[in-house]
Amino acid sequence: MDNILNQIGIENYIFLSVILFCIGVFGVLYRRNAIVVFMSIEIMLNAINLLFAAFSTYHQDAQGQIFVFFSMAVAAAEVAVGLAILVSIFRNMHTIDVGKLKNLKG
Amino acid sequence: MDTNLVLVLLLAPFLGFLFNVFLGKKAGKSIVGIVGTLSVAISFAVTLYLFATASQEPVVINLFDWISIQKFDISFGFLIDQLSIIWLLFVTGIGSLIHLYSISYMHDDEKMHSFFAYLNLFIFFMITLVIGSNLLMMFIGWEGVGLCSYLLIGFWYKNQDFNDAAKKAFIMNRIGDLGFLIGIFIVGSMFETLDFTTLKTTITTASDINDLWIAIAALALFIGATGKSAQIPLYTWLPDAMAGPTPVSALIHAATMVTAGIFMLTRLNFLFDMAPSVQNIIAIVGACTALVAATIALVQNDIKKVLAYSTVSQLGLMFLALGLGAYEIAVFHVITHAFFKACLFLGSGSVIHGLHGEQDMRKMGGLKKAMPITFITMLIAALAISGIFPLAGFWSKDEILMTAFHENKALWVIGSIASIMTAFYMFRLIYLTFFNSFRGTEEQKHHLHESPSLITLPLIILAILSFFGGIISLPGHSWLNHYLSPLFSKVSHEAHTLGTTEYMLMAIATIGALIGIGIAYKKYLKDNTIPSEDAEITGFSKVLYNKYYVDEAFDALFVKPINALSSFFRDSVETTLSALVFGLGKVTNSLAFEGKKVHNGSVGLYLFAFVIGIIAILTYLFL
Repeated sequence: MDNILNQIGIENYIFLSVILFCIGVFGVLYRRNAIVVFMSIEIMLNAINLLFAAFSTYHQDAQGQIFVFFSMAVAAAEVAVGLAILVSIFRNMHTIDVGKLKNLKG
Repeated sequence: MDTNLVLVLLLAPFLGFLFNVFLGKKAGKSIVGIVGTLSVAISFAVTLYLFATASQEPVVINLFDWISIQKFDISFGFLIDQLSIIWLLFVTGIGSLIHLYSISYMHDDEKMHSFFAYLNLFIFFMITLVIGSNLLMMFIGWEGVGLCSYLLIGFWYKNQDFNDAAKKAFIMNRIGDLGFLIGIFIVGSMFETLDFTTLKTTITTASDINDLWIAIAALALFIGATGKSAQIPLYTWLPDAMAGPTPVSALIHAATMVTAGIFMLTRLNFLFDMAPSVQNIIAIVGACTALVAATIALVQNDIKKVLAYSTVSQLGLMFLALGLGAYEIAVFHVITHAFFKACLFLGSGSVIHGLHGEQDMRKMGGLKKAMPITFITMLIAALAISGIFPLAGFWSKDEILMTAFHENKALWVIGSIASIMTAFYMFRLIYLTFFNSFRGTEEQKHHLHESPSLITLPLIILAILSFFGGIISLPGHSWLNHYLSPLFSKVSHEAHTLGTTEYMLMAIATIGALIGIGIAYKKYLKDNTIPSEDAEITGFSKVLYNKYYVDEAFDALFVKPINALSSFFRDSVETTLSALVFGLGKVTNSLAFEGKKVHNGSVGLYLFAFVIGIIAILTYLFL
């Protein structure tokens, strides 16, 4: 493991993570399909998880990786809830286009 | 002396009040009248008993300790001494007569029961005022009689003018009461007691008394007295108080309540003796009131208004005597005045009753034949108030003028002029009312009749008292002075030896009175002058007729500025304040109205703002 990390270099992990995160952000901002937005959020989460794992190895400290497990568990729960909400929205509005969900208009 | 006896004296009118308030309407008019009169008559009987058996020493009865704070104790107690007995005698005595009179006078009124209830309540409070053993007890009575006065002036409350008169009386009295209260506070803080007996010993024996504060206290108390006893500048309520039924005017606004101020000053004579400067003020105010009120009375046409101003004027004479330190003479005049003024008021009530409510003397005349008893009794009372020998008013008024002559010639001149005017306007009243031909309507003429015996009986008794009342204090052999002597520190006035000066003064006073009567005789009987209609009155008499425009002056000086100030606060200050408050609300509201447009419901925009926000926070934190 150390070898791989050493070969690739920690900074590349960071770059990857940042790129993934930004992809996630732009996905959230620009896509209109709620499921895609949801996927983008997952990408952002996993970008962070990746960073956790990389630094955990870099510091020879298992805590980061343990935290990733937690994070994944929470993300799984969140997906379950989020998808349920999406199903419910679709049933009521017959669309999951976030551009059309304007019922919060003040 | 028995505590129970005093309680009977005090509570009999109160029980009468309770009965008339709660059961009066059911019980019927005759029972209301009997209960009301009887309850006061019981008090009178008790007073007579007290008078007959009382010893020289004052009796203090403490029912219970009322307020006690550290060293400061106020007991709920009564003080029965010569002064309170004298006052009780004529309050309950004349009170009984007037109750008797009211049975007939108020018989046609639908609210007769409440009339008697108020009248009984008044007697109750008046007795409290008179027999209270400390200033606070006196103040309770003082306020209570003010309340009853208000209720009775506004008794016919359906007439807005009468309501206004009642309110005016109440408010004017409040101004005086404030002075009284301040006086009580000063006395209380100086001597740590309000008890009359303790105060007297403290003040007469203590050597280190602050003269200035004593004077301020005396002045404040005197202001209280000017309110209740209708002296300048607070006298204007009394003439308006004539709006009440005539027995009320006789009882409250002539014989008893308005003398409360004189009672208070006499009760506290030791305090006023310590403040000679205030005594001067009292004498001057009294003399001025006597003169001013007498001049106004000269041209009034309402029979009760004449008597009202006459009352103010006579009260002024009493204050003149008080100011000169001649307390016993003031008390003497209070008593004789109670007799003849009550008689005059009841007589005028009889006339008004006979004419079915007419009060304007221009529409009277020639009533001598139709109402002989009313005429004779009123004539006796008018002679008495004018100071004709040997009626009651002669002795008391003469004593006042004599004292004034010895102390201050200017005050004597003012008092004498006021007396001459008194004789004039009283006989103007008599001539206009009873002589010449009747000037009312034919229908009234047809109904002219003497009043029933319940009305004439009190008149006759009071006329007899007005005739012989003077014997209680003849110069040289004054029973009254002797009786009251334990109350006063100095009894120098006892020593009025009847020298040439005194006889001269008596002669001058009598001649003055005769001149006054003579002028009235010439003008109103021989020439048969009828006072002109309101609109035709010109010159100085117009000023007099309009009471020196004092009401208008008060209106312009106090009422209008206060109203202007109120409307200023309402229109400017309050509007500004509410504009400020409402403005804040409006600004917030409109901001919110603009702000809510941001919330257009687009999740994309929210997320965008969210990301921008996080970026901004991160930038701020880490860069």
